[in-house]
Amino acid sequence: MFWPAKSSIRRRLTVQLLVIAAALSLVFFLIVRVIADQAATATQDNILLASATSISDALYSERGAVTVEIPYSALSMLGTISQDRVFYRVSEGGRTLTGYDDLPLPDVAPRAAQSRFDTFLYRGETVRSVAVSRTVSSGGSNVDVTVVVAQTRLGLALISSRISFFAAIFGVLFFLVATALSLLAAQSALSPLERLKQSLQRRGAHDLRPVQAELPDELTPLVDALNNFMGRLRASLAQSEDFIAEAAHRVRTPLAVVRAQAEIALRRVERPENKTSLREMIRAVDESSRSAGQLLDHAMVTFRTDALADDEFDLAVVTKSVCDHLLPTAELKDILLIQQFPDTPCPFRGDAILMQNALRNVLDNALKYSPADSTVHIGVDSDDQGYRISFNDQGRGFGSSDVASLTQRFSRGSNVADIVGSGLGLTIADEVARAHNGRLEISSNPKGPGACVSLIFPQP
Amino acid sequence: MRFAYFSAALTTFALSLVFSIGLGLSQTRAYVIEDHRNYTWPGDSSILRIISTADVNVFEPIIVEFQRSYPGITVDYTIVSSTELMTALYEEGASFDLAISSAMDLQTKLANDGFAQSYRSDATDALPKWASWRGQVFAFTQEPAVLVISEAAFEGMELPRTREDVITLLRDNPERFSGRIGTYDVRISGAGYLFATQDSRNTDSYWRLTEVMGRLNAQLYGGSDEMITDVASGRLALAYNVVGSYAASRLADSPGIRILQYDDFLNVMLRSVLIPVTAQNPRGAGLMIDFLATLDTRAGLERLTNLTPVKSDLYATNSASRPIRLGPGLLVFLDQLKKEIFLRNWANAIEQQ
Repeated sequence: MFWPAKSSIRRRLTVQLLVIAAALSLVFFLIVRVIADQAATATQDNILLASATSISDALYSERGAVTVEIPYSALSMLGTISQDRVFYRVSEGGRTLTGYDDLPLPDVAPRAAQSRFDTFLYRGETVRSVAVSRTVSSGGSNVDVTVVVAQTRLGLALISSRISFFAAIFGVLFFLVATALSLLAAQSALSPLERLKQSLQRRGAHDLRPVQAELPDELTPLVDALNNFMGRLRASLAQSEDFIAEAAHRVRTPLAVVRAQAEIALRRVERPENKTSLREMIRAVDESSRSAGQLLDHAMVTFRTDALADDEFDLAVVTKSVCDHLLPTAELKDILLIQQFPDTPCPFRGDAILMQNALRNVLDNALKYSPADSTVHIGVDSDDQGYRISFNDQGRGFGSSDVASLTQRFSRGSNVADIVGSGLGLTIADEVARAHNGRLEISSNPKGPGACVSLIFPQP
Repeated sequence: MRFAYFSAALTTFALSLVFSIGLGLSQTRAYVIEDHRNYTWPGDSSILRIISTADVNVFEPIIVEFQRSYPGITVDYTIVSSTELMTALYEEGASFDLAISSAMDLQTKLANDGFAQSYRSDATDALPKWASWRGQVFAFTQEPAVLVISEAAFEGMELPRTREDVITLLRDNPERFSGRIGTYDVRISGAGYLFATQDSRNTDSYWRLTEVMGRLNAQLYGGSDEMITDVASGRLALAYNVVGSYAASRLADSPGIRILQYDDFLNVMLRSVLIPVTAQNPRGAGLMIDFLATLDTRAGLERLTNLTPVKSDLYATNSASRPIRLGPGLLVFLDQLKKEIFLRNWANAIEQQ
């Protein structure tokens, strides 16, 4: 059978089973019909033979002539199974002794004690006939007498059509039951595939652990191949993150040296244009070092989200420590950090290091894009639903950038070309939020200019 | 010998068909008509032509009631004997819409040999199983063969209940019954032949009874009517195998007669109707069959005609009842050899003087 390579296994299986069921139903119907026809014909033949035999038994010779006294039962028995028309003929040689003399005799008379059955058209109807022969001794010589009894086949046709009708009903029922069972069979045969599909769909985008569903032997090679592939992918990802971290780490140390030297040089030079150049240089080195730090952070986030630590900590405490940590940077730009924490503790389960990392990146971003002498509001809110940690600055906001795309790696806002940045900060925060079943919300500041970035976590 | 002629005619059917075709339209009618009536429906009407063995006085009330139930049908009613009905339909291909006869064997023969049309309606479906054959022959009355006796002749004697009783009675009282027994001449009466053959099939005592009747110089009759008249007048002491409905219709005007039903077995003749293949108004014929098949719902007609409609509780009234079975068994006694032998045996038994 021709099947397009893409056609569904379920449909293939179902159609094939249905075709088989239909073929079996048809075969069943035909077999029942043939058997029923044969049985009905055999029944009629038996009665015809009994009738003809009882007539031939009633043959006798009287005054040198063969005669017959047909027993009442010979014909009445034919009326017991159906209401068919009955014809008979008793003939000696070609001469009719009694009966219907146009009823055909068999071409060859049957030998004694044997019978010949025949089916032919007589008086406009198909009849089944039997011929038997008997030798009667009459007037000193033996005479062969043939008895033919024929009956129309309407009763037979009725029986046969009734049986055909029931056979057809049973055939259809069989087909319907087989159809239902086929659908069930297809369903059950495909359920491991369905389980595998669901188990793959349930896992997150970054989940590269081996698949461990209970699956039949046939699927084991496929799953092994998949697990093998994911293992290699994991190794490859780990390797590249390793490489990035290593590279960032190696870049940062020389950068620190370069910065120190630049600062020394800055104090020594007198000419304003040289000072400006050196300041630019220091700023660029800072940015590079910051980017390298973020690359390191990101690599770490990627690692840790694979195997999340399960620490108990207080979100407000962590937020406060991040603020304290970045206070010097804020003071450099005369930025005021206004912190707001709930009175009650904010217990949380998760990876404290990742959380710190995410918050630091968000706050770092806010400080970076805020103008000097401005304010950044940091707030932790707790309610029944969960926690919201929000950072409101008075910077330039996100302009017309696609907010959703900002969390992609190395993507930066369309209005920040003049500020050096890696585009990794929000990506890190987003990944950490998601690793803790939370999310990152980015919007413009509802109170005037600036941006609002919130990390939202459900209640543990 | 009408029957002998008829028997021969059956086997030469093909020849006579060729003969009649050869004669074509110039052919003259050969079957003998006993009576003919025309019940005209005034104005626009279809015509229903019935060939029947039932007397006018029996069937007229049915026709009148039928016309009242189904207006617009003119009924043309031809009365013939049962053998003449066979001659008309089987040999001469006469065209009638309906054939009504009490000769069940001949009706069966017509249907078996392909001279009847099939018909089916709710009314025919409601008939008892034994009252129809092939969907072509429909029985509408049940008429037992009874013993009719003269009360005077049996004064002081115990009445016979079975055929054995009758044999014993006749043997013990030859002087009282000699020359005073009536029965059908089965050579000329279709009903007589039917009853006699069914008797012979059911019991061996039939032949002893026939011998005894023959020894007592039984009188032979062509029909029930004269037999009943002679019982009423006292000429006969008993009449054997009289059609019950005829006897019942004579009870009122014939004091001194009495109807006895046998307890051993009671042959019940079924008067039946069929639509010949030559019918020109099969629709009207179907209406009449429906009417006849539902005769049991018309009590008034039952009284007027003395016909007993076919009832499914036949056995409830007399458990010895045996409706003569429609079907190929009846063809046996129409077989020419069988009939010759039967009539020869019967004649030998009944005519001993």
